[in-house]
Amino acid sequence: MSDPVLSVSDLNKRYGEMPAVDGISFSVGRNEIVGLLGPNGAGKTTTINMILGVLAPSAGRILIDGVDVARRRREALARTNFAAVYAPLPGNLTVYQNLRIFGLIYAVSGLRQRIEALLDQFRLRELRNVKCGVLSSGEQTRVALAKAMLNRPHLLLLDEPTASLDPSVAQQIRALIQEFARREAGGVLWTSHNMHEVEEVCDRVLFLSHGRILLEGDPRSLPRQHGRRSLEDLFIALAREPLAPDVAEHA
Amino acid sequence: MPSFKRIAAILLRQYYLLRGSAARVVPLFAWVTVDIVLWGFITRYLNSVSHAGFNFVPALLGAVLLWDFLTRVMQGVTMAFFEDVWSRNFLNIFATPLSLGEYLTGLVTSSIATSAVGLVVMVLMATLAFGLSFFVYGLMFVPFILILFLSGIALGIFGCALVLRLGPAAEWFVWPIPALVSPFAGVFYPLSVLPTWMHAISWLLPPSYVFEGMRALVAHREFSAGLLAVGGGLAVLYVLLAGWVFSRVYRRAVRTGLIARYSAETVN
Ligand SMILES: Nc1ncnc2c1ncn2[C@@H]1O[C@H](COP(=O)(O)OP(=O)(O)OP(=O)(O)O)[C@@H](O)[C@H]1O
Ligand SMILES: [Mg+2]
Repeated sequence: MSDPVLSVSDLNKRYGEMPAVDGISFSVGRNEIVGLLGPNGAGKTTTINMILGVLAPSAGRILIDGVDVARRRREALARTNFAAVYAPLPGNLTVYQNLRIFGLIYAVSGLRQRIEALLDQFRLRELRNVKCGVLSSGEQTRVALAKAMLNRPHLLLLDEPTASLDPSVAQQIRALIQEFARREAGGVLWTSHNMHEVEEVCDRVLFLSHGRILLEGDPRSLPRQHGRRSLEDLFIALAREPLAPDVAEHA
Repeated sequence: MPSFKRIAAILLRQYYLLRGSAARVVPLFAWVTVDIVLWGFITRYLNSVSHAGFNFVPALLGAVLLWDFLTRVMQGVTMAFFEDVWSRNFLNIFATPLSLGEYLTGLVTSSIATSAVGLVVMVLMATLAFGLSFFVYGLMFVPFILILFLSGIALGIFGCALVLRLGPAAEWFVWPIPALVSPFAGVFYPLSVLPTWMHAISWLLPPSYVFEGMRALVAHREFSAGLLAVGGGLAVLYVLLAGWVFSRVYRRAVRTGLIARYSAETVN
């Protein structure tokens, strides 16, 4: 595999005494979709915020395309983009206005054509002049994803992109993201609490609990390796008893 | 190297928001117009009762106009910043290649545009309705405006830092800042009427130099360009200082996680 798009080493974040992320290392390769799994409060969003440069790590290093986020923030973030349920685009601007503003911030060249292409790709054409604040959750997610694609990122960070989507729209969104990973040679780091989705989409998963990586592997073969019927069973076992012997011995 | 596109993005956002939003456009000129009308009549009245032959229009109405301009400049900066607060946009905007310098430059540039609207309306109103003549100030009007502009920018950026540090509710701290400064800046009266301890503060404030200089010009007293230059130097210093404070507050917010979770208001 060529150089990873994302490489995280010994990443650590404490809030006072509490470690939210406790020394994790991992990487995301090109064309790879990596799932970041774990119970509520495990440290997934904290990890993503550190990669995005909006949260300073207590220790550790983050390289995007080999560029250090802490030292060369601008260059690193120019190759990155993200979408998250809790970060909707300003609701008082229209879909087009938001895309134009963020396109300028990312200094996208040929912005007009890029926006038109994305409006088509994410089926937003009819919503072009609608204020983002009135869109349904699914429509907002599509706008957020369109914004996330504006700069053709090498690294795409998605924090629960399909939460609150109906199954059919969620499926379409998954397809779009898979297409992105295949065609644009980008890597994707994805969090989700939907294990079926993770099995379907992710090439690899990291299981995070209390800020540490407990397990890592192929979501389709991991459950069997740990004597569980499904990824969901494995998740539940790990979440309830992170140090259960049958699981921990393999970890 | 700062990117013109990124700065333009901040400006464009303000333009989109202002366009067709009466709630945003009207305050650009409404309150300052009310002020000019109010002080226009006050000066007219003062001129009629005082037989000293002193013309209050350039001294008092002119000062109110200049002071309101400073206020508009400051609010032009904070208003653009509050848009990001109100729409919870910090995460989106700061997880991009946008630098703090570009962001602040965007806020300042948009304030130039919005405060110019207020200035033009005030000047028209004061000259047409109350006979204020800017010839009294001569070319000095330019450095006056410049120093007040820089002071407004410094206060505005400082106000943004305050809100970033203390959370959205700190807006209520920010709005009255100009009123807090004005007694010391000698907008309405010469500094000589103030007790000495207040002088010390006054001479730390760039607007004091402008208003003292302005009164000297109007009264045909000796006008010190050197003193005005001190005011200018201070104003530049405060802009830099405010930028430094903002970047400190921002860095702290990145450390504590406040940028990512601004709704928490304070994260220790
Ligand atoms: N700024 C902060 N100050 C203090 N504690 C914080 C802060 N931000 C996050 N935390 C804590 O850090 C832990 C990790 O939170 P994080 O949001 O990363 O979890 P998560 O894995 O994304 O969970 P979820 O699946 O619920 O989204 C939580 O216990 C949270 O309360
Ligand atoms: Mg989360």
